[in-house]
Amino acid sequence: MPETAVAESGTELSAKELARRHGLSSSGRRIRLPEYTRQLWRYRHFISAHARAKTSSALGQTNLGTLWQVLTPIINAAVYYVIFGVVIGTRGGVDNFIPYLCIGVFVFGFTQSVVNSGINAITGNLGLIRALHFPRASLPLSVALVEARNFLTALVVLFGIVLISGEPINPEWLLVIPALVLQVVFNTGLAMGMARLGSKMRDIKQLIPFIMRFWMYGSAILYPVTRFTEHLHGWKLALVEANPLLVFVELFRHALMENVVLAGTPTLLWTEAAVWAAVVGLGGYVYFWRGEKGYGRG
Amino acid sequence: MADIEHVPTVIADNAHVIYKVRGGGKNNQSPLASLKKIVTRQKEANVREVHAVKGVSFVAYKGEAIGLIGSNGSGKSTLLRAVAGLLPVARGAIYAAGQPSLLGVNAALMNDLPGDQNVELGCLAMGMSPADVKEKKQGIIDFSGINERGDFSSLPMRTYSSGMAARLRFSISAAKLHDVLLIDEALATGDAKFRKRSEARVRELREQAGTVFLVSHSEQSIRDTCERCIWLESGLIRADGPTDEVMKEYDAFNKR
Repeated sequence: MPETAVAESGTELSAKELARRHGLSSSGRRIRLPEYTRQLWRYRHFISAHARAKTSSALGQTNLGTLWQVLTPIINAAVYYVIFGVVIGTRGGVDNFIPYLCIGVFVFGFTQSVVNSGINAITGNLGLIRALHFPRASLPLSVALVEARNFLTALVVLFGIVLISGEPINPEWLLVIPALVLQVVFNTGLAMGMARLGSKMRDIKQLIPFIMRFWMYGSAILYPVTRFTEHLHGWKLALVEANPLLVFVELFRHALMENVVLAGTPTLLWTEAAVWAAVVGLGGYVYFWRGEKGYGRG
Repeated sequence: MADIEHVPTVIADNAHVIYKVRGGGKNNQSPLASLKKIVTRQKEANVREVHAVKGVSFVAYKGEAIGLIGSNGSGKSTLLRAVAGLLPVARGAIYAAGQPSLLGVNAALMNDLPGDQNVELGCLAMGMSPADVKEKKQGIIDFSGINERGDFSSLPMRTYSSGMAARLRFSISAAKLHDVLLIDEALATGDAKFRKRSEARVRELREQAGTVFLVSHSEQSIRDTCERCIWLESGLIRADGPTDEVMKEYDAFNKR
């Protein structure tokens, strides 16, 4: 029969009493959201170190190394230029189609890569999770940081493309900054949501490519947004126009291009973007926090 | 018994741990068979439950080093993971002071990164400040002894032997004072010189008012570091007491 050590302790207290008296806590306890946020802030150095480590270990195996951060967006744009600018030669009814297309591809690609790596943020770091204790939200945050940094590099390339294609620089370009901030908040929430979803339902990973493709066709990336306004009516149009990625793409186009037909008035787009960023940013964070104790188990 | 000496750090109250294993059972099912399972609503066929710890109660106090012994598959590692909060307790409860840290040989850091960067990352993940990390980094690398055969700390961790990697992981975890440190066979992997060094470090950690749990199949390292022993067999405690007595019973049991 198992002997218990409780009898040895010489007290008649139940284990629960004893634990309470000495301030021990049950190891599966979830901490409150404000405290969790403070903890995350204390781990900010870990988050940035982890993001740096991820980038260097992903590119460390290649010969060109960090040069790929610049090359990837350039090649990406070149592919679309060759297909749409040279081979098909479409203008799609837009005055300056190449920058129009590239802005869409880059802005959508930002969120797409956040989704793709966010879904692996927990499942790809199980070793780290099982070995060390840190607030788990550090991992999706590090993903969001890596992708935001990559996107900043891509933005420089994008500015170049837009300039070469003959769009003038004007003060409106500054609108890129608030659009970027909103999209980063949106993406961070998305990364956290995806991280928990990916750790809970392994099957979702198989569906992501299809979901993302669907999302891309719904975001007016490869064709002008006027296609939607001309062909869709009623609830379908409302659904497409509420699409957060369509909103972000349109905001970037609005900031970087002259004479571009938008899906809605700038005020409407800005409001939608702000609402999406707030809802997804906060919602994703809370959703992730609620699963905090479950990561790396089982 | 003065209360100051007997401050409990870990309390297990009739703890049961049941974990689910995915992908167990029959593999290579045909798609048709999987579909049939979903349609007929058989509860996730490829998930099996393992009842690894079946009602364990003990109280660990400040300054104790407790050895966990038992044959393979008796639930020692599972119990440690439950104490660390990495596995949920199905019934009963486990209470702990602060956040127990589990140090296992199979806990991976980032294999593509060089050793010294892993040290930095590991220290930051334990909540140290960048200034602390800078200060302790060299000490950790020296302690692990990975640089004894040349400059290994700047090579990626995937090039390390399993012993070297385990030593580095132990050194990182041992660099911080833990309220409760759980060690899973980590000391067994190093060579004799490292074992001696790490046993000294475990004693140091214990003196600095922590509690250390040690799972090991090496009788010697349990005898050297622990004065109390818990013997687990098939998820139940068979004996709990001074190492000498428990070891004697355990040896007798194994000879049968």
